[in-house]
Amino acid sequence: MSTEVAAAPNPIEQFELHRYFPHEMVGVETSFTNASLYMLLAALGVVFLMLIATSRKAVVPGRFQALAEMLYEFVANTVRSTAGKEGMTFFPFVFSLFSFILIANLIGLIPYTYSVTSQLVVTGAFALLVITLVTAYGFYRHGFGFLNLFVPHGVPLPVLIILVPIEIISFLSRPVSLSIRLFANMLAGHVTLAVFGGFVVLLLAAGGVYTALAPVPLLAIVALYALELLVACLQAFVFAVLTCVYLNDAIHPGH
Amino acid sequence: MAIISSAHAAEAEPETQATHESVGAPGGEAHHEGGFPPFQTENFAPQLVWLVLIFGLLYLLMSRLALPRVGGIIENREMKIAGDLDASREMQAKAEAAAAANDENLRLRREEAQTIGREAQQKIASEAAARRAHAESEAAEKIRAAEERITAAKSAALANVEEIAVDAAAAIVEKLTGAPVDRSRLAAEYKSVN
Repeated sequence: MSTEVAAAPNPIEQFELHRYFPHEMVGVETSFTNASLYMLLAALGVVFLMLIATSRKAVVPGRFQALAEMLYEFVANTVRSTAGKEGMTFFPFVFSLFSFILIANLIGLIPYTYSVTSQLVVTGAFALLVITLVTAYGFYRHGFGFLNLFVPHGVPLPVLIILVPIEIISFLSRPVSLSIRLFANMLAGHVTLAVFGGFVVLLLAAGGVYTALAPVPLLAIVALYALELLVACLQAFVFAVLTCVYLNDAIHPGH
Repeated sequence: MAIISSAHAAEAEPETQATHESVGAPGGEAHHEGGFPPFQTENFAPQLVWLVLIFGLLYLLMSRLALPRVGGIIENREMKIAGDLDASREMQAKAEAAAAANDENLRLRREEAQTIGREAQQKIASEAAARRAHAESEAAEKIRAAEERITAAKSAALANVEEIAVDAAAAIVEKLTGAPVDRSRLAAEYKSVN
């Protein structure tokens, strides 16, 4: 019994960090890990699509150039519709964020790879970056007028006493929700896939009738995989759209 | 802030995870430290360093190179399409003008051809009429000359007939009477008979 349990794959193993080149600089660990490798792959994927595939600057685009243009226009439209024309200042930032997260999510769905976005530190860093940018730009642009964000327009004073703290809490919880949403979605999806994969192995190893049942979780994996593809794209999009919404708050703080 | 607080929460976890580990999966190297990998704080620094490095580079490449290029490609295409449409509209206008000019030209030429044809016809008709008139007058002249000749010939012939008749009458009278006849008397008699 214990040997069979040991043979079952561990669904958490895929999130472990492997240090390929241990390294330290000024007291900070800078080891090149599997996370670094897949960040690099995701970034290279984006660079391939946006730089190498567009190097011909063809008027009639090839396959990859068409994809790059689609991505560009998609993000540009998203930014323009949620953050307005002034929001286009942040278009390169939102584009880098969206494309990096999207490609990282998609690469993570290939078996045996590592999912960069299933690490809280990564999604947390992105969320903090976004909220820092929003706050800094809000104060830079409107000074203390940015604080109007917490004071909804045309609300009577007694209500404001309750509403303002709520607004402040909701603003402060934004980075939490932003980071946890992406992290949890990716983590849960990958755990689920791995667990169902483990079921297949366990059922095959159990023998007899159980072996005959092994294809059932396999079919579940196929369905889940389709769902995860959707989630991978959707969460990247949600992250980008929420970034735009928050940036819109920084550009137009009055409700 | 929220990230750091959740990180602190993760640090508190190894105690609960330790029991998990003794029951659960085989010891991978990360499991020696215990805990759920995404919450292991010693994993944060290397990921963060590389993320900042790679995402920073990606942002620079995108904002400086890729996005202006793709934006340029799209703008370029739009301008080219707009330019081509303008050019085609211009060409169409030109073609229509040329077609109209051609139609006008054709109409003028047709009219010209018709007038030329009409003139030629008139000229031919008048020439023919003139020639006919000329021919008719010539013919009439000839007829008249012929008629004159005929009347001349007739009168000459009639004169001869008179002489013959006088001769014949003289011969008959001579035969019958045997005496010579006065020819002038006979000629006067003939004239009074005729």
